[in-house]
Amino acid sequence: MAKARSVDSAAQAMIACACDAHIPLSWDRLAEQEPQCQFGALGICCRHCAMGPCRIDPFGEGAQKGVCGATADTIVARGLLRALLSGVAAHSDHGREIVHALALAAEGKSEAYRIKGPAKLRRLAQEYGIACEGRSDNDIARDLAHKLLEEFGKQEGTLLNVARAPEQQRKNWAAVGATPRGVDREVVTGMHMTHVGVDNDPEHILMAAVRAALADGWGGSMIATDVSDVLFGEPHWLRSRANLGVLREDQVNIIVHGHEPTLSDVVVAAARDPEMLALAREKGATGINLAGICCTANEVLMRHGVPIAGNYLQQELAMLTGAVEVMLVDVQCVWPSLAELQKCFHTKVISTSPKAKFPGATHIEFHEERAMETAKEIIKIAIENFPNRDKARVKIPSESSGLVAGFTTENVFEMLGGRYRPSYRPLNDGIMTGRLRGVAGVVGCNNPKFTHDEAHLAMVKELIANDVLVVQTGCSAIACGKAGLLAPEAAKRFAGKGLQEICEAVGIPPVLHVGSCVDNSRILTACCEMVKEGGIGTSFDKLPVAGAAPEWMSEKAISIGMYVVASGIFTVVNPALAVRGSRLVEELLTKTFEKYFGATWAFEEDPVEAARLMIDHIDRKRAELGLPPPMYEVPYAPKTAKAAKAAAD
Amino acid sequence: MKRIVADVTKCMACRACEIACALAHSAAGGLLEAIASGARPRIFLEAAGRTAVPLQCRHCEDAPCVKVCPTGALSRAGDSAPVLADEAKCIGCAFCVQACPFGVIRLVKVETAHAGGPRRRAAIKCDLCVRRQAKGEPPACVSACPVGALSFEEADAVAAKSRARTAAEAAAGAGLPGKR
Repeated sequence: MAKARSVDSAAQAMIACACDAHIPLSWDRLAEQEPQCQFGALGICCRHCAMGPCRIDPFGEGAQKGVCGATADTIVARGLLRALLSGVAAHSDHGREIVHALALAAEGKSEAYRIKGPAKLRRLAQEYGIACEGRSDNDIARDLAHKLLEEFGKQEGTLLNVARAPEQQRKNWAAVGATPRGVDREVVTGMHMTHVGVDNDPEHILMAAVRAALADGWGGSMIATDVSDVLFGEPHWLRSRANLGVLREDQVNIIVHGHEPTLSDVVVAAARDPEMLALAREKGATGINLAGICCTANEVLMRHGVPIAGNYLQQELAMLTGAVEVMLVDVQCVWPSLAELQKCFHTKVISTSPKAKFPGATHIEFHEERAMETAKEIIKIAIENFPNRDKARVKIPSESSGLVAGFTTENVFEMLGGRYRPSYRPLNDGIMTGRLRGVAGVVGCNNPKFTHDEAHLAMVKELIANDVLVVQTGCSAIACGKAGLLAPEAAKRFAGKGLQEICEAVGIPPVLHVGSCVDNSRILTACCEMVKEGGIGTSFDKLPVAGAAPEWMSEKAISIGMYVVASGIFTVVNPALAVRGSRLVEELLTKTFEKYFGATWAFEEDPVEAARLMIDHIDRKRAELGLPPPMYEVPYAPKTAKAAKAAAD
Repeated sequence: MKRIVADVTKCMACRACEIACALAHSAAGGLLEAIASGARPRIFLEAAGRTAVPLQCRHCEDAPCVKVCPTGALSRAGDSAPVLADEAKCIGCAFCVQACPFGVIRLVKVETAHAGGPRRRAAIKCDLCVRRQAKGEPPACVSACPVGALSFEEADAVAAKSRARTAAEAAAGAGLPGKR
């Protein structure tokens, strides 16, 4: 059973432990939910008003309209927009918190924070027209924070970062009325539009979804990434390890889980405090070991090299090791089951966000003004909990893999061209010569409906074997990190010849970890640089690139997919969006969007088939640009080449 | 005797049948009261991979549950009458639960106390909604299904439909003309 649930042997071991101890996990709860209601899966159930709930009979015999007269098309579109807005809100609220922390740091109101990315601060200030000459970092940061906070509540004009997008993308958005205005406004307007009796035109509703998603990708998320770099420092490539084996038998283990770096970044510093280390030794531990789960993990990995305990489906498994003193959680993707599971062990789940409380957990509310104090308080609880660990029950799997992380839009410049001649030229040249076939972003969550990590690994391996460079974020990046794909050595084992040559010449792994899920915005800015460098397309929709989320589950993934597609990048996801109850909406997303944005969504269950759809798309773009076929023989040859060969035979 | 027939290709797994069944067999008036009083459905939505299969008593002609019941709690009024469970006669031995080839009989805490005693467990099963049938209504699950995946039909009628479908498919397969 463990093998059907995960391809990760560390995860399998802990799943087997849970089975032996009769501790229910997400997979067991999913089994109890099955069969799941297909009205919901198809998106044809509407609970937006109290005349309902209404359902549409997908077989066409029963009700074809809700009480208000809404058709399946309207209900599906409205439901998608609402789900997407939740994702936009999650990313953007995260972004707002980071900017708020920057403002406090600049005003000297929080000792825990200071500007650690002064170069990026000045680059951003210049971009937004904030004076830099003769001013201190804090002065500039204060102006920047205020400028960016205004983006959230903006009442007039459009988002500043729209200007970063290529002209064609801006034209596409303007043509369908989807240029994003204020970040918060798009969420509020979207919620208004989905209220009973407001917007009933499926296509018009989808354009509101596009606009809100763009307000996330080019707004909330992009601001979160930029300001995190300013406040916590720009990531630099570094080595670390991933999987449950990073937990230490002899040390106090603290897991940070969730998404926002504001507290966890301070916890990293506090855990190195001599006073804390002395206390840990006093309690019989040899040190304090921090490890992460989900995107909080990615944030502190990118900037501090903090090892990763696991991804989304490992949050319960980490606790099952019996070696976790504290699981510090903030927001997003944190299961309420953790508070129940902690009762089986000495582990203390500590919730910290004013936005997220968990019945049964210890709540220590975090406020930026007293960040260091709170961080130390939590670490102290962990240390004092260490003697309560039942050594007989500790079972830490040995698995952990080495990885390289910390890639950004900016530092890829240095990696590619060297510190003195930073440039995207080598990347673009690689693509133009056919040594690299293209670039793919593989991102997103885990979902217990699919064998844990299996699709991420199968897809990424298929892509790199075919000379497609892969960039990753989130739990997908963690999946590949655990499997060794983020290590430079992976190029020799898994990559095609062309990609291998690039990796060796530049010294990068074939799969680049660019951060957390808000850092998908780095993929957008990297595409901007590829366009600027020239030779592989003057807009996103012309680039030989594609995106995918092969095990997604969160509403944030809907927003990410939508802003990526609307920015001109073909994107394959599994499971399908909950839109299949409306042929019209499905066709809009998977066909008609091509006309508006130069890219579409695609739904494909098989990860290798999905990778091939991405490669087909990349090949098509290469052909349109007049680029040559792949330089070397690849296992999945271009269809055009196959067709040419068949004709010649 | 009409039976409940499920078209598994249509079932959406919404469980409306289960809710309607529990409600139809509860003395309580509303859903919330029925839930509070421990009402249980007699139809089961079982998962077979991604396929949802609604299951309930088949009202077997030669019913094993009736045969094994030591107290006569399970019985039928006549040849083509539904198999009914009498909670008052049931002693909760669970022989019927074990004998049923489909697993659609179960012991649950029943709402009515036995001879003034405390609440106890007794066998419950699908009764084809005899009370609703008396009023000329189909079983509650059939009425509740929003997509027509459940129907209430004679076995012969189902067979006739299957024959017609098979014949049509055979004719189409042979390239012969269909109905004029």
